[in-house]
Amino acid sequence: MCTVCGCGEGETQIEGHEHSHEHGHHHHHGDADHDYGKGAAHAHAPGLSQSRMVQIEEGILSKNNEYAAANRRWFSEHGVLALNLVSSPGSGKTTLLTRSINDLKSELRLSVIEGDQQTANDAERIRETGVKALQINTGKGCHLDGHMVGHALETLKPEDDSILFIENVGNLVCPAAFDLGEAHKVAILSVTEGEDKPIKYPDMFHAADLMLLNKIDLLPYLQFDVEKCIEYARRVNPKIKVMQVSATSGEGMDNWYQWLRATKQLSMIGV
Amino acid sequence: MHEMSLNEGVLQVLQDHAKSQGFERVKTVWLEIGELSGVEIEAMRFGFDVVMKGSLADGAKLEIIRVPGQAWCMPCEKSVQVTQLFEACPDCGSYQLQVTGGDQMQIKELEVE
Ligand SMILES: Nc1nc2c(ncn2[C@@H]2O[C@H](COP(=O)(O)OP(=O)(O)OP(=O)(O)O)[C@@H](O)[C@H]2O)c(=O)[nH]1
Ligand SMILES: [Mg+2]
Ligand SMILES: [Zn+2]
Repeated sequence: MCTVCGCGEGETQIEGHEHSHEHGHHHHHGDADHDYGKGAAHAHAPGLSQSRMVQIEEGILSKNNEYAAANRRWFSEHGVLALNLVSSPGSGKTTLLTRSINDLKSELRLSVIEGDQQTANDAERIRETGVKALQINTGKGCHLDGHMVGHALETLKPEDDSILFIENVGNLVCPAAFDLGEAHKVAILSVTEGEDKPIKYPDMFHAADLMLLNKIDLLPYLQFDVEKCIEYARRVNPKIKVMQVSATSGEGMDNWYQWLRATKQLSMIGV
Repeated sequence: MHEMSLNEGVLQVLQDHAKSQGFERVKTVWLEIGELSGVEIEAMRFGFDVVMKGSLADGAKLEIIRVPGQAWCMPCEKSVQVTQLFEACPDCGSYQLQVTGGDQMQIKELEVE
């Protein structure tokens, strides 16, 4: 891990980003003089030391939250609505995004950050729509964090007054804890995953404001109780909004687009 | 699963405070982990030793203070205890609960030298 800039994921690769996390480099998060890399570790002088207690009261994720707060500030200054799309692998995030982009790109300014452990496949799928996208590869990392997204913004440069979709690493557990500075987490659950996912992975559905129930075109072939699924989601999060969609057939997508338009409008007046 | 990154977060906070509060070694770390935080305690302990290796907290002891989950039940209009995010109110069975506590992951205190 690079202890200079606080990047926990030493293997992270951001497309087009030359910034390598070596100790002692000049870092641009305003903490360039915090050079922890220089052997604080073994400066222990026996005999001289005396134990004492230090009260801290600081969140474990406080570092991530600082990066997320900086991103959030940037989003609000630039009128960017940032949405963090979270789900298990293969729920249809990229399919949903490419369809949404094709349907909305004439009326809204859009861009995408793609998070996957490996490959730039998803960013390439997005770029085929003509909208700009940047791939972050987390290597073994199982989630995006505020710091990676901050760096991605420097390269991607989303336009003012736009919507930024951040497709998180496919994982129903870890991304829940890491704020990226987004306005909302949107959880995508596909009907092939089973209706009990909201209570099996409660943290994610607790953290999301909207759940898109995807692949509803497959319902005739499955035993999936939609009502039960929604009830489970509301157990974990009484306020969660739910929409049923099919990213391939297009069914229900207009509701999602209306939500996007309305949420974008609200973000402009700071709600 | 993300307990590794959580421990890296702990280490960052330790390093920050080592500088500002002038200590060089950390001997014990007290964490407050709420029951609703989604943190796996065993994974946290395992990751702690691995992540702290070679740092100012190499070999430090990890003490975990568990905090029970608290929620406000809207129908009952009172605070109740829950152990999971999807649990019903133990009194009225409603799921109209708002988590009010026990979701924290905090570093409380350190023994340093
Ligand atoms: N039938 C059906 N298939 C879908 C739908 N949405 C996505 N798929 C299929 O689901 C598979 C996975 O879709 P992706 O869009 O790659 O899913 P993802 O969530 O981006 O996957 P990762 O980024 O790898 O986590 C593809 O074969 C899609 O064609 C849908 O609404 N209905
Ligand atoms: Mg994808
Ligand atoms: Zn009650």
